Amino acid sequence: MRRQIEGSRAIAETVARCRPQVVPAYPITPQTHIVEGLGAMVKAGTLAPCEYITVESEFGAMSAAIGASAAGARTYTATASQGLLYMAEALFNASGLGLPIVMTVANRAIGAPINIWNDHSDSMSQRDCGWVQLYAEDNQTAVGLHVLAFRLAEELSVPVMVCVDGFVLTHAFEPIEVPDQESVDAYLPPYRARQVLDPDEPVTIGAMVGPEAFTEVRYLAHHQLEQAIEHFPRLADEYAALTGGSLAAVSTYRVDGARTVVLALGSVSGTIKDAVDEIDEPVGVVTLTLYRPFPVDELRTVLTAAEHVIVLERAFAPGAGGVVSADVRTALAGRQTRVSTVVAGLGGRAVTKASIQAMLADAAANRLPELSFLDLRTDIVEEELARRDSAHRTGPHSQGVLRIAGVPGSRIG
Amino acid sequence: MTTQGVKYYQVGSRAVGNRLLDPALRTEQASLERSNSLNSGHRACQGCGEALAARYVVDAAMRATNGRLVAVNATGCLEVFSTPYPESSWQLPWLHSLFANASSVATGVAAALKATGQDDVRVLAQGGDGGTVDIGMACLSGMFERNDDVLYVCYDNEAYMNTGVQRSGATPPAARTATTQAIGLEPGNPFGTGKDMPRIAMAHEIPYVATATVSELHDLEAKVERAMSMHGARYLHVLVPCPLGWGSAPADTVLLARLAQRSGLFPLYEAEHGEVTSSVPIRGQVPVEEYLRPQKRYAHLFGDPPRTDILSRLQTIADRNIARYGLLPEEA
Ligand SMILES: Cc1ncc(C[n+]2csc(CCOP(=O)(O)OP(=O)(O)O)c2C)c(N)n1
Ligand code: SF4
Ligand SMILES: [Mg+2]
Repeated sequence: MRRQIEGSRAIAETVARCRPQVVPAYPITPQTHIVEGLGAMVKAGTLAPCEYITVESEFGAMSAAIGASAAGARTYTATASQGLLYMAEALFNASGLGLPIVMTVANRAIGAPINIWNDHSDSMSQRDCGWVQLYAEDNQTAVGLHVLAFRLAEELSVPVMVCVDGFVLTHAFEPIEVPDQESVDAYLPPYRARQVLDPDEPVTIGAMVGPEAFTEVRYLAHHQLEQAIEHFPRLADEYAALTGGSLAAVSTYRVDGARTVVLALGSVSGTIKDAVDEIDEPVGVVTLTLYRPFPVDELRTVLTAAEHVIVLERAFAPGAGGVVSADVRTALAGRQTRVSTVVAGLGGRAVTKASIQAMLADAAANRLPELSFLDLRTDIVEEELARRDSAHRTGPHSQGVLRIAGVPGSRIG
Repeated sequence: MTTQGVKYYQVGSRAVGNRLLDPALRTEQASLERSNSLNSGHRACQGCGEALAARYVVDAAMRATNGRLVAVNATGCLEVFSTPYPESSWQLPWLHSLFANASSVATGVAAALKATGQDDVRVLAQGGDGGTVDIGMACLSGMFERNDDVLYVCYDNEAYMNTGVQRSGATPPAARTATTQAIGLEPGNPFGTGKDMPRIAMAHEIPYVATATVSELHDLEAKVERAMSMHGARYLHVLVPCPLGWGSAPADTVLLARLAQRSGLFPLYEAEHGEVTSSVPIRGQVPVEEYLRPQKRYAHLFGDPPRTDILSRLQTIADRNIARYGLLPEEA
């Protein structure tokens, strides 16, 4: 049954139906509603048995998750932005140890300047931490991806991050169907760990490994992670059979006959689809749900006919350019396909249909550079750069930019 | 322990030898049934106090829990010397995650055991002084504050030994380390720095806090046993001489532990819910000099002329401990 509920609420209810046994939680906007919801369910006894731990930091949260998972409990947590970075060391550890933890990342920008709004800088910064990364296009997808995430994690003994756009999805109220308990139970059997801290069969987990075997251990982690590409479609089919919800590692929209294709991750792909609906030239859209491991073969297939792929990215690598684009270029190696990077929607800036259409018009006119920033106010940038050149002690950029942009409050003091 | 009519002293040490005791009163370490949970063959330096203490602690905890024990270890000498792949010295389920998070990982293990109904299995976390008082402090304080059901043991060798003897927040004043060289007007680690972790633990009013060292084996085992008889957050701080870092003879490890205690520089006590409940009196007090002199990390205090000014400042610290914990009750 579809109910008009907040995205975070739907995620919390879905996670609860997956019966996590340990949930360490630490608050950060825009993830808070999810862990608050779970905390309330544990307190009310509707989610039991479950230990809800109010830890002292995200580093503590991921560390407690590591211990809980290694001791054989299904373990879940959620974070965002600064919190994800604060747990960085433990993220690599969780994947290195092969612990099937599931975590929601309510995607948010990373400071400085501090910014609570949505982009993908946080999870993209951790793309190489050895976790599966799934990006939800909408809240219904987010719900399904969470159920699938537990199954995938436990089948492969790898941790899975479900990335959900902060505010845009986490705080949106819309009709969402949360799969019922029976379906989730049928889909997700109780957790049986491949390695567990058990006094009856003692094992040493996390031993030091030197040059003689480190490469092999890391290769195995890579191999294990790559299995997700094969497992995903089967798990998605099973999920669809039980709940009717459709999930795909890579999904396409109007790509047939389109010479230009826009590729994106997360909620922005909905806007892109609306934008291409309204223009004459056929432009296809590819939505990447599975980003790590990177589904090279499937992408090559869906992009076979594309002459120009525009990767619309909600994050970028300063000093280099696109993050996802680099992977796309590698995937398309040996082809003539042109790949452009468009960095859009940083720190919550709205990505509008009009902006996308203007960008596509540039692309059609062959005016789209290899790297561009959607809706970048070049007037502000140039004025600030000139100010910067005018003296030595010009102060912080962010203050200068706010002054030029005339944002209320920037002139106080 | 019951009182004995006769006091047996080993030559010079005033310690009672196990072999003189009734078998029932002997230590777990002297027992053939000990679990040997940290098995021989590991790669600690000769005379390593940390290896010694860990044996005592884990075997005592294994006895107290009937072998239903899981250990979590921070990065540091103990982890490195016990597990180089493919050899592990650990005979119990053992998990190493990171340097700073042993307490949080242990919290997670305890939560999982509870959620999965394994109430009989207990959790031990262990780390060095750096992993405990410095980088692991936030996680540990959280574990204390939430009263998570974990015994955390800090093996304090007073520096970052695994990385080559750098200063930690537990390095004592005047000690030379690789980052507090014995040069300048105030050679070694500066006075007025560092933290007293057992007292910080006590400030959390957790069920149990105790200090121990490797010269007082019965005391150490009894404290582990006491800790394991309780639930909630418990903290044991064990002074462990490190021949490499302290510049001492491997054969002197137990002697140095004893001198640390008898000088008053390392007080042995127990506290419950924030209040000191007992302390081990000093029998045969020694001046701090006697403890410091055999250690090369203090060699700069014994040059020509000796730094009597610094020695007297260190003696003041010992005297303060003696007064604070009542370590010198009227001599019997
Ligand atoms: C986050 C992080 N910082 C630094 C290190 C390097 N490191 C490993 S062990 C160690 C020293 C450990 O010192 P201590 O905790 O006192 O244990 P000891 O080796 O003295 O027993 C350091 C600094 C690390 N592994 N991780
Ligand atoms: S350096 Fe010190 S603590 Fe480390 S193994 Fe050697 S003696 Fe033990
Ligand atoms: Mg140390």
